[in-house]
Amino acid sequence: MASLTGVRVERPASAVRRAAPSGGRPGVAWAVPGLLFFAVFALVPMAGVVYLSLSHWDGLSSPQFIGLRNWTRFFGDGQVVQATVITGVLMLGNIAVQAPISILLGVWSAGYQRNRAVLSAVFFLPLLLSTAATAVMWRQLLDPNFGLPAKISWLFGGNANVLGSQEGSIAALVAVTSWQFIPFHTLLYQGAARTIPKSLYEAAEIDGAGRVRAFFSITLPQLRNTMVTSTTFMVVGGLTAFDIVLLLTNGGPGTDTTTLPFQMYQTAFMTYDFGYASAIATFLLLLATGASLLLVKLTGYQRMTGTLEGM
Amino acid sequence: MRNRPNYLAGFAALVWLAVIGVPLYALLNTAAQPQTSYTDGGPLGLPSSLTFDNVLTVVRSGFLGYLWNTILVAAATVAIVLALCVPISYAVVRGRGWINRGVFRLFLLGLAIPSQAVIIPLFLIVNKLGLYDTLWGVILPTAAFSMPVSVLVISGGMREISGDLYEAMALDGAAPRRVLRELVVPLSRSGIATAGVFAALQAWNGFLFPLIMTQSEGTKLATLGLYNFVSEYGANVPALLAAVLMSAIPILAVYLFARRSLVNGLMGVGGK
Repeated sequence: MASLTGVRVERPASAVRRAAPSGGRPGVAWAVPGLLFFAVFALVPMAGVVYLSLSHWDGLSSPQFIGLRNWTRFFGDGQVVQATVITGVLMLGNIAVQAPISILLGVWSAGYQRNRAVLSAVFFLPLLLSTAATAVMWRQLLDPNFGLPAKISWLFGGNANVLGSQEGSIAALVAVTSWQFIPFHTLLYQGAARTIPKSLYEAAEIDGAGRVRAFFSITLPQLRNTMVTSTTFMVVGGLTAFDIVLLLTNGGPGTDTTTLPFQMYQTAFMTYDFGYASAIATFLLLLATGASLLLVKLTGYQRMTGTLEGM
Repeated sequence: MRNRPNYLAGFAALVWLAVIGVPLYALLNTAAQPQTSYTDGGPLGLPSSLTFDNVLTVVRSGFLGYLWNTILVAAATVAIVLALCVPISYAVVRGRGWINRGVFRLFLLGLAIPSQAVIIPLFLIVNKLGLYDTLWGVILPTAAFSMPVSVLVISGGMREISGDLYEAMALDGAAPRRVLRELVVPLSRSGIATAGVFAALQAWNGFLFPLIMTQSEGTKLATLGLYNFVSEYGANVPALLAAVLMSAIPILAVYLFARRSLVNGLMGVGGK
């Protein structure tokens, strides 16, 4: 992978300079330091994880090539299937909870009223906590004896031991993730909603459209691009949910909330089976690449590069 | 119509205020009371007495050192990301030919690489470079994984600059270096600021890299310090939550003094 980018970079650099006689245009050389850096810490490891998935490695001796043995094990591993399902459930749960709330909050906070500005400043606060801090805090707050469930049990359906069951743990993971990240997505929608031209609403008002009608016919369609961006963050974030799982449920009860990244981490750094963990990691990489290709298709980032020709 | 207050939305906003506010109140409240009153009153009760002991316990455990390490890591990450991504974005936006589009696509692809998926080979590489258990072992991967978003955001900002301005500078005979310094950087400041805020938050939030790449007390970051506190002070909930609170203080300071740049920076991640 590294040599590939190396070749790509060096040869056409001179070609570009020749093609741009007017001067004032940067050559590809400008991108080389960053590309090399990115190659060492992101692209080489990407190739490395595929290679390691074909090896046996305990982390101490050097990796031994063993062909597809990790992969035959991978396709017969019930734990992988369970982890994939849980990862998917968490991801969908997060989107289902976060998207509607952050769209409504974002549109609401886009108004310039004084009270909205003040409340928005409060709504932002969870973003100041790191994921680790959020998870540690909620783990204490969900304590069955001393936490919130003991004090306001009606809210928890009378079941104080939230993290004691699979449903409760999954709900807690979704709720805590949403609590932390809804402020971020709200900000995205707030920014986007403020760029919607006022004239659209004025026209709708003249046509006699009410508030609800205007929301569905003007606001939502205008937010389409932001929805794609925001959802992508949720999808990739959901696929890679690791620290929240480690700190809030530790994958449990049992393996009931073991996500793919968490299983990968345990296989590698707890049982030192780096080869098999790399197979799981490769699978994760494929899932994430698929999701991202979908994003590129939907957002039309490609077309943005296309406009370069016109400049 | 637009001036009619929206009572339903106002009510929903108050409900959300409770969702955000109650846990934060419980956090503050618990961190400020002695353990005995916490076990009696719970996280929501009015504290019978207030104390600074929890904060002192956390300070004595060396937590300020972890916070300082986190600040160093965040600063170095931002510096590296901006130093590399501004030239890349400039080449992508103003350079000609398929190669520049290739570079851009490469970083688009990079968006899809989750750090979790490549942590094992990264661990190997950091070891080979002799950076295991140093802050650089955290800084360099964190910076690399902040690059795709930064390139997207910065180049997005640079695309807004009108071609006429470039032509005017080209007529002056300005070299790329001067164009970058005098035209591109000043006019794409908000994109650059967004990338900086994003990289800083990535470093601030980072958990996996510190967990895997460091082990000793001297290289511990705040997020990892919190993780270890759970096993150390598991029973002392007020001290644990005091640590949670303290981990947010530096960024709270940024929020109080530069709220506009922080908020606008984050908003910019969503693009236009």
